[in-house]
Amino acid sequence: AEAAELRARLRTVRHTVLVLSGKGGVGKSTFSALLAHGLAADETKQVALLDIDICGPSIPKMMGLEGEQVHQSGSGWSPVYVEENLGVMSVGFLLSSPDDAVIWRGPKKNGLIKQFLRDVDWGEVDYLIVDTPPGTSDEHLSIVQYLSATHIDGAVIVTTPQEVSLQDVRKEINFCRKVKLPIIGVVENMSGFVCPKCKNESQIFPPTTGGAEKMCQNLNVPLLGKVPLDPLIGKSCDRGQSFLAETPDSPATLSYRNIIQRIQEYCEQHHLQEEKIM
Amino acid sequence: TLAERTNLAGVRHILLVLSGKGGVGKSTLSTELALALRNAGKRVGILDVDLCGPSIPRMLRVQDSAVHQCDSGWVPVFVGQDKAIALMSIGFLLERPDDAVVWRGPKKNALIKQFVTDVAWGDLDFLIVDTPPGTSDEHISTVEALRPYHLLGAILVTTPQ
Repeated sequence: AEAAELRARLRTVRHTVLVLSGKGGVGKSTFSALLAHGLAADETKQVALLDIDICGPSIPKMMGLEGEQVHQSGSGWSPVYVEENLGVMSVGFLLSSPDDAVIWRGPKKNGLIKQFLRDVDWGEVDYLIVDTPPGTSDEHLSIVQYLSATHIDGAVIVTTPQEVSLQDVRKEINFCRKVKLPIIGVVENMSGFVCPKCKNESQIFPPTTGGAEKMCQNLNVPLLGKVPLDPLIGKSCDRGQSFLAETPDSPATLSYRNIIQRIQEYCEQHHLQEEKIM
Repeated sequence: TLAERTNLAGVRHILLVLSGKGGVGKSTLSTELALALRNAGKRVGILDVDLCGPSIPRMLRVQDSAVHQCDSGWVPVFVGQDKAIALMSIGFLLERPDDAVVWRGPKKNALIKQFVTDVAWGDLDFLIVDTPPGTSDEHISTVEALRPYHLLGAILVTTPQ
């Protein structure tokens, strides 16, 4: 009966993309936010961004929605809208103060994630993007389990070039395989830094073991792209602005846009294949 | 139990390294702190309770080590130049380094309790506990399990943004 409830609610969602990593601090939320903005640039598309990082929800701040609260209506919880076609949900909106710690064990976190999927009135959605916390635990198992009520197009896995990140990301790739979650591809963030003054490139996080490129080759997973470090990315995030809109000429923007396009193409192709089968 | 009373009884100070945020350098700091304290002549141990993303073994070049049991529990792996820093991490219990530990809270809690009470640390001046990001199962369980002992306090790590 619960599965039927979830299926009914998520029936109006066309594409679902999970943003994962094994590692913290590599840019999952940043990427999720920019993916949402990028997809919502097409005003004919309805985009939903769901933040299931219960302990460290970054999405409200990154989307400029800090202090917003969730409203209830007859048809469920209302997402908080950034644009007419871009709605957001996060535990951040349920806190009375942004510094309140959510100190919950797994089962309680799972309960909230289920509520996010069952009780939020997303409406007709072209893309549901789910931002996750680092790791391979309750949140990840639960989201995959609950979303089996609809279908997940795939996962985008985010990393940075150094081995300490890659070793966690390989685990995440194995997690995806274990739960039969298709992998759309890997994004390598913080991949090099070009000095705006002297234009020299430095490897701030040297890829001592070949970076995401080598890992993707070894594990037969697509590398969607590499995004260089740009201090303006962090600044835009802190200020709740879209880096893509604010800094259209940054090499990082170009990388992000290419990656977003590849994800879109994957989802559309996926959909066409499904329609053929049906 | 007798084991609970003896395994941490010889540890003078326990330090937790925390953040809320991932990727800010908790494991890096834990490692450097351990090495610096060791250099200053202290007896040091590291307990890595990041079950999903254990980074400490690689940072100390012992990612291929295995642990074994003795009468009072698990024997930590000894690391560092003089092999004098005691380390316990779930990294040592994995069959393959890329194996994902896909556990829900209760299973994680059980292992953390074991890590706290069943490792034969011996006499240490400092036990540094490295944690994963967040404020969830691992953190609650670690603090609960350490409460009867000499918990000095927490170091919080962040980055500027």
